[in-house]
Amino acid sequence: MKKLSLAQLYDFFAAVAKNQALYCPVNNETGKAEYKKWSEGVTLSDQLNTLRSAKDFFFPQTENLMEFKMAGKKIDVIDTREECEDFVIFGVRACDAASFDILDRVYLTDPVDSYYKNRREHGTVITLACSRPAETCFCGTFGIDAADPKGDITVWALEDGYAFRANTAKGEALMATCANLFEETDDQAVTAEQEKTREILAKLPLANLSTEGVGQGLTKELFDRPEWAALSEACLGCGTCTFVCPTCQCYDIRDFDTGHGIQRFRCWDSCMYSDFTKMAHGNPRVSQLERFRQRFMHKLVYFPDNNDGIFGCVGCGRCLARCPISMNIVKVMKTLAKGGDK
Amino acid sequence: MEETLIPYAGVVTEITGQTPDVKTFRVEAPSGGKLFEHEPGQCAMLSVPGISEAMISITSSPTNKAFMEFSVKKCGCLTDWLHSMEEGQMITVRGPYGRPFPVDTELKGKNLLFIAGGIGLAPLRSVINYVRDNRADYGHVDIVYGSRSKEDLVYYKEIVEEWMTAEDFTVHLTIDREQENWSGHVGFVPNYVKELGFKPENTCVLLCGPPIMIKFTLPGLIELGFDKTQIFTTMELRMKCGIGKCGRCNIGNKYVCKDGPVFRFDQLDELPDEY
Repeated sequence: MKKLSLAQLYDFFAAVAKNQALYCPVNNETGKAEYKKWSEGVTLSDQLNTLRSAKDFFFPQTENLMEFKMAGKKIDVIDTREECEDFVIFGVRACDAASFDILDRVYLTDPVDSYYKNRREHGTVITLACSRPAETCFCGTFGIDAADPKGDITVWALEDGYAFRANTAKGEALMATCANLFEETDDQAVTAEQEKTREILAKLPLANLSTEGVGQGLTKELFDRPEWAALSEACLGCGTCTFVCPTCQCYDIRDFDTGHGIQRFRCWDSCMYSDFTKMAHGNPRVSQLERFRQRFMHKLVYFPDNNDGIFGCVGCGRCLARCPISMNIVKVMKTLAKGGDK
Repeated sequence: MEETLIPYAGVVTEITGQTPDVKTFRVEAPSGGKLFEHEPGQCAMLSVPGISEAMISITSSPTNKAFMEFSVKKCGCLTDWLHSMEEGQMITVRGPYGRPFPVDTELKGKNLLFIAGGIGLAPLRSVINYVRDNRADYGHVDIVYGSRSKEDLVYYKEIVEEWMTAEDFTVHLTIDREQENWSGHVGFVPNYVKELGFKPENTCVLLCGPPIMIKFTLPGLIELGFDKTQIFTTMELRMKCGIGKCGRCNIGNKYVCKDGPVFRFDQLDELPDEY
């Protein structure tokens, strides 16, 4: 375990930012936290988490995939991929760090998505343990420890400074580049901080939310449950939940005529949208009930089915805070856990 | 590093009108030959950059070493564009995607009953011609194929000239309504299958066609004594990636693009009814 004094945090940022881009949560003009590139004078946000998740770093909202030059009958396919530059993200919370494992299971499974892999390989993730988890937090439900997040380096904000622990070779290498800033410390202060956080976690309103009633192998039990109708009734299909969700990873591929050729790009898509599955001959999910059910069945049943029981939710609570009709995965889980003949 | 989303450019060397709204496109690499190898039942993403990209089954047999073929029904913006193409123009192709029909395992040594409706014959044609080219590996072949009218039967010339004359092949054609110049069977595919009364022993069924045809053919086959483990079909849902990542072609926990498109009916029974 290494330590920085409070004042030295920005020395660390400066040292890192000398060699590569450093991003951290910063309060924007509306007071919400968002990831911004750090430069001298920029202040780290004091908020628990960013409005949007950290998935953008590896799975951006839009990205160009390739280009085509069209000349007469001929098409040239142009591979526009470039090696990504190294970058560091500081201040990722435990939930968002766990979401990277979920995205990895999708994008790094054969056939590997080279666009995602490129960014993943060049990104170093520095997580920040939570000291003030919010009422909408329920990462513990999915076995995530907000007091001990993953990442290449884990940082704890203590009263008199920051404790750093490298978890991977990448993390160690980064800390080695500014070894002069750090002093050795024992685990005591971190352990005390973790205990405090865990006490708060235990008292949160969603502390006892369980995954009982959902999970691997329950398609038949849950798919036709009548409660889907009431749960989805008010859903506007706005897609806000998918937009802010750190694990939602569905995408669309589209072409754009630049006037000099065709750019093929991908962008986030949402299973909540009516045209998501629409085909020339019809749509397998015509109603919002079906689309709503798809989103939650995917996170709570299908994803665990295909990924050793791991859920497609990390309990970040963004959908609880953002859904315009106050519907969310917690309500879905609680409703499905209740009743139903098993 | 390899990236399956980046397609190959291929030349459309021949376009054959099959029916008023179906054309078959022969695609070759710019330097000649096939863009890639595939197995019967697999699909590829065809695209005209700037228009769209869509998953289309590869209708030619893998035993065809010179080119690949795709039969496309005109029914959307990409397919409209394809239908307006001229020979010699390029398109892009990537693949192959999906699990093929199990020609080397479950189907091997079996009598094969192909049942198709309309453009549904396209994915089965790959298997049919594969079987013709590996004749000794399979038993008797029956093909029941129906469409709205004689003009709507795809590959009519190939059916008459090559399949009807193939060793141990029996072809049963039917059209929905009586018409001039048609002395063959008239009636819907599901009824015709029951009338013909096939025997389930040592037989596998490959079934593909419009959902309504499949819905009514399946119970008929069960009545004839077939088990769902003997009946295979190939599915199609909207796809963007072809590799189980874009998230839209799933039926329950299976992605049609990578876990399908070929499914056995007992496997489909395990999935929610959402297709």
